Amino acid sequence: MNALLLTLGDGATIARRNVRKVTRVPEILVSVIVSPLIMLVLFAYVFGGSIEIEGGSYREYLVGGVFAMNLVFASVFTGAGLAEDIQKGIMDRFRSLPMSQSAVVFGRTASDVIYNVLSLAIMSVAGLLIGWRINGSVFEAITAFALLLLFAYAISWVMAYIGLLVPSPEVINQAGMMVIFPMTFVADTFAPVENFPGPLRTFAEWNPVSSVTRAARELFGNLPAGSPEPGPWSLRHPILYTLLWVAIIIGVFAPLAVRRFSRRP
Amino acid sequence: MPTFDPPIPLPILEQPMTRSTDGVTANGLHKSYGDVQALAGLDLAVPEGTVLGLLGPNGAGKTTAVSILSTLLRADAGTATVAGFDVGTEPVQVRKHIGLSGQFAAVDEYLTGFENLEMVGRLYHLGKKVARSRARELLERFSLVDAGDRQVSTYSGGMRRRLDLAAALVAEPSVIFLDEPTTGLDPRSRNELWEVIEELVTKGSTVLLTTQYMEEAERLADDIIVIDHGREIAHGTADELKQIVGGDRIEVVVRNFTDVDAVKAILRRAAVGDDIRSEARRVAAPVTGGAETLARVLQELAAAEIDVLDIGLRRPTLDDVFLTLTGSTTVGISTPAELEVAS
Repeated sequence: MNALLLTLGDGATIARRNVRKVTRVPEILVSVIVSPLIMLVLFAYVFGGSIEIEGGSYREYLVGGVFAMNLVFASVFTGAGLAEDIQKGIMDRFRSLPMSQSAVVFGRTASDVIYNVLSLAIMSVAGLLIGWRINGSVFEAITAFALLLLFAYAISWVMAYIGLLVPSPEVINQAGMMVIFPMTFVADTFAPVENFPGPLRTFAEWNPVSSVTRAARELFGNLPAGSPEPGPWSLRHPILYTLLWVAIIIGVFAPLAVRRFSRRP
Repeated sequence: MPTFDPPIPLPILEQPMTRSTDGVTANGLHKSYGDVQALAGLDLAVPEGTVLGLLGPNGAGKTTAVSILSTLLRADAGTATVAGFDVGTEPVQVRKHIGLSGQFAAVDEYLTGFENLEMVGRLYHLGKKVARSRARELLERFSLVDAGDRQVSTYSGGMRRRLDLAAALVAEPSVIFLDEPTTGLDPRSRNELWEVIEELVTKGSTVLLTTQYMEEAERLADDIIVIDHGREIAHGTADELKQIVGGDRIEVVVRNFTDVDAVKAILRRAAVGDDIRSEARRVAAPVTGGAETLARVLQELAAAEIDVLDIGLRRPTLDDVFLTLTGSTTVGISTPAELEVAS
């Protein structure tokens, strides 16, 4: 069997195992479903009254940001899942098998795409209920969902690498949050970046979470008509800028994670 | 103990011509974690179809040795082959021929027993059909049929270990590593697992077993290496190792301290040699002649009107060997210094 087919086959076996786990541990499902809903409702009704979007509705504006934020948060699962598997010893089993070693990490990031599809679907339905609308074409909407999932996939490789470095799943939850909070909040997810103070504004403008959010809003047609063209290149070409980040992140972190997993200390 | 450690190749006898079917060989394995030396030049050989017991206390280096041989860790120095393949340079080939069962049952608790075995079969590339039938077969063999469709999180410790062992056997490996397979199990589960391992052994599997239980090594292993601080301190069959401690002993426990000297005198007459030892109110002496000698000693003790709390003929166990070699003290055994010569 050639190496690629071997990796795909083993990766599918690992991914199937990870998906089974989701169906057996109700807590995971609850957090995948409930926490996005809470975020959506919370932001829509708590901040919705105080944040003004010129010429548009905050709820329409908000949903793209909630999508991006939740997908980044969910990437912690990837790292925590790997860390848990190491802690419980199942990784030693995998490492003693004549399987493709990279399949363990590829299988994990692949199965996490499935959570993300599920979580996007639930958020979309909830978004429609609170007044979000897809105003663009079907093709644009599909592109938006695909870009969000691709971005989430890239971030989950970062978390995969961290998950293989840390000693326990608890650590990744904390370490992950330290990165994820600033990344998702210092962005145009919930409030327009124009109102941010100096350095925070620059960070937010070049933050890929901002560009993926902006891209989603553009593609869904959620930006108010006549809203001004943004200054930075990253936000004028959000799709391209996001894709660049995706390529860089996967290009760096996938080899790092695979090497970390297959190394023999 | 040798004071030098030259890179002498193994004797010809231990390197048979049929390397491809050879069991396990290791030569001068070294492994350190920072300042802690886990292995300090371990040699071992497990000829095909035999069971080697690697016996040692916690932290002796047993798990490190198994991890190197099963390709999870890389040795700092030394070489090892498993099923004829080099563990350092041919890890994938080695993995095809081994099954690993560890002290922390490496099974997925969110999957059922059947799903665990099927997954492992798929990862050995047995194909879906074969993986499934093999899983069913193993569940039956390990008395897990009823539990096969239950999540492993509902299993008892003994059931998990059995499933873990079954997972190691999915691809019918030619070499099996059992790293403390019964540590932490209750006596009943331990016995059940021993029966399963004995069955494997009688079928001619090559097994490297690590354990801290003498009874386990004695029951399952053909050959035993006692290790401590990452190196071999004794090597032989269970019987040979018992020779280190010596033959039978009579042990007498008296009620009154004042009787100890009198008991020593009586035992000295019955003993072979003059290695009479006492600790508090317990006196022990090496003897031959078994029950006859014991009866004679009893008569003499009665005649001397000594108040005896306990008397018995003790045969040395591997525990004695182990304690002797690893330096813990027990009455009636030789000091480590004396044993250096014996081993």
